[in-house]
Amino acid sequence: MSDIAPIDFAPLIEQQEAHGLSRPSLSYWQDAWIRLKANKRALVSLYLVIGLLLFTLAGPLIWRVDSAIQDLDQVSQPPGTNRSALVVDDYKPWFGDQFLAGAGLRLAEEATSQAVRVQWDALPGASGHRVYRNLFPVGEERAYGIPLAEFFDVNTLHFEDRLDLKRGRYYYSVVALGDRGELLDNFEMIEVDVQRVTTIAEALERGLVDDGSELLVGDQIDLSWHPLGTDYLGRDMLARLMAGAQVSLFIGIGAPFLFVLFGVVFGSMAGFIGGKTDQLMMRFADFVVALPFLLFMILFKIAFGIGPGESGVFPMLVALVLLAWPATARLVRGQILQIREQGYIHASQLLGAKTSYLILRHMIPNTLGVVLVTITFAIPSAIFTEAFLSFIGMGVAPPTPSWGSMSNEGIKTMLITPHELIFPALFISITVLAFNLLGDGLRDALDARMRNTE
Amino acid sequence: MLLYTIKRLLQGIITVWFIATATFFAMHNVPGDPLINDRAMTATTRANLEAKYGLDQPVVTQYVIYLRNLVQGDFGISFTQENREVNDIIREHFPVSAILGILAVMFATVGGVLFGALTAIYRNRLPDYVIMFVVILSISVPSFVIAALSQLSLVSLNNVVGRTVLPVAGWGTIQHMLVPAMVLGLGTMAYLTRLMRSSMLEIISSDFVRTAKSKGVPPARIFARHQLRNAIMPVITVLGPAIAAITTGGFVVELVFAIPGLGRYFVQAVQQLDYTVIMGTTVFYGAFLVFMVIVVDVLYGFIDPRVRME
Repeated sequence: MSDIAPIDFAPLIEQQEAHGLSRPSLSYWQDAWIRLKANKRALVSLYLVIGLLLFTLAGPLIWRVDSAIQDLDQVSQPPGTNRSALVVDDYKPWFGDQFLAGAGLRLAEEATSQAVRVQWDALPGASGHRVYRNLFPVGEERAYGIPLAEFFDVNTLHFEDRLDLKRGRYYYSVVALGDRGELLDNFEMIEVDVQRVTTIAEALERGLVDDGSELLVGDQIDLSWHPLGTDYLGRDMLARLMAGAQVSLFIGIGAPFLFVLFGVVFGSMAGFIGGKTDQLMMRFADFVVALPFLLFMILFKIAFGIGPGESGVFPMLVALVLLAWPATARLVRGQILQIREQGYIHASQLLGAKTSYLILRHMIPNTLGVVLVTITFAIPSAIFTEAFLSFIGMGVAPPTPSWGSMSNEGIKTMLITPHELIFPALFISITVLAFNLLGDGLRDALDARMRNTE
Repeated sequence: MLLYTIKRLLQGIITVWFIATATFFAMHNVPGDPLINDRAMTATTRANLEAKYGLDQPVVTQYVIYLRNLVQGDFGISFTQENREVNDIIREHFPVSAILGILAVMFATVGGVLFGALTAIYRNRLPDYVIMFVVILSISVPSFVIAALSQLSLVSLNNVVGRTVLPVAGWGTIQHMLVPAMVLGLGTMAYLTRLMRSSMLEIISSDFVRTAKSKGVPPARIFARHQLRNAIMPVITVLGPAIAAITTGGFVVELVFAIPGLGRYFVQAVQQLDYTVIMGTTVFYGAFLVFMVIVVDVLYGFIDPRVRME
């Protein structure tokens, strides 16, 4: 020990550049942002998410069409259909035309979407007639279509059809009825091309023409424009998709934020307090996890009940939060327990840091990344849950649109008008895909430990 | 191992009790009077039911009565179907759901393991891209849309062939079960594929695989003995929750394909607010899921001794 001289305690000569930083230091978030930007898939999905939010929030400001207004001239129209219509006189009742020329089943006047008027000569041997309409000609199987009317005398030989007529080709048939109203073999059929018409009053009311301009019977005008078509009640699909996006994304983003927040508070409390309380709290979380999720979503939804005129968005939000928080709580608790044992925490404590400083400076920033990733992955499953519940009729109550309830309505007519299913389903799929890919990207960017092995 | 099993079973019983309690209080909270129904109820019936469930008593008494009935395995009688016990309903409809579920789980597991392993082996090559594209697609499209679309393609398939190759809806033969089971298992299969892929990628670059290669073990044998067996472990752990997801996801498939399973029945009961059926099926489903998770965990303990130590 004697060979220690005072010189040994002299400071070393500072070596130039040894401690210099070759690159500017990056904060955690800067680093994460650079990683995210480098990830093409994540970046594209980020743009998609931003686009969806714009569609939801700014869309209704640009496309100012009420999602509840029914355009009955254009029901279940796919996008891009011809929307011209002939202007005709107001509807006047019709009681047959005695002097109508021709024989057999024939049209009394041009068929329009306002009315189709047919007239016929009594069929041989008939004591009455029944009128049918079909989309296909009567074939071998004698499929006449929808029965529209029946007459049990041979004097009434005309019929006016005003039932839900659309532009297109229809086949009308008249079938002879026997004494007891039974169907006889002889029938007559005609092919009818129905033209779409509208009246001057309707055109003015809908604002299809300027008030000043002169509209005459026989003019061709364009009906209102529906870029994505209309649904089965004639409501504008684009407006409904925007309104539905507000509901679906409100639940899809709002619920994850709330339950992740609750999970963070619950989990970090359990992690901090530790001991018996921690055990008890986590046991409770385990029980909630064991509840069959979808069954209890339904159960809670009916337990909260929906009053008349309510949309049922709020009960669904509450039910989601009540059931989905434990996963986040477990995750955050694990993180807190892990971080608590880290060297830098001990170092900070040694340097005299208070608990509040530890929480604010170390715990929260270090768990924030994981929490953000959890939220991003929770959004698609919340959107799916909403869609699923609306699909089985336990979700948002009509007429409030949501992507789920729109798909549910669209699936009923998917063979004839597939666009009513395709659009909402497409929006759900794109949203879910975007958030899933963004979640992958965020996880890779934010959390080195969870980094994907790709 | 026995101790572990017993401990898990005890935990399971407490969990089922929790599920039953949550069900009871959720249903107790439903607005309206359960005995006011579309069907006129005589005063005697009403009095009998009130006595049976203690509906004129405080909530605590009702709860005790409910638990006592439950322990005795009495789920009560359906409110909307005359003289039909909930037990009978479960006995009749659950086997259908179970068969569908088993098929779906088999499809999901076999498919997930196989496709996951393939994507890992052909990493960043065509099979990987194709499979991962399908996986991402099936994660992003809602199950009812997939169900509807597959039904649609069945219709056109039958039209093209000119006879019923696979029935579009209904239940009874193996042909009826095939497509619904695949639709039901698709989401889980996608999830398992991703899991298997990352687990397999880890194994492929591990030391023991390199050793096996260097001592000249044929690739097929490495794949079967070393890679697959080790990579499959994480898949088995999530099988319990996966079975849960498949059984409760059965609603949609049963609705779309008109399969007379318990899920469809549950949805029907909810729409008609049939109290006893809702409560009975919920508790039954919950108990079944808890049991399945325990079974999978215990089996996993047999396969992987490391779990038992915890």
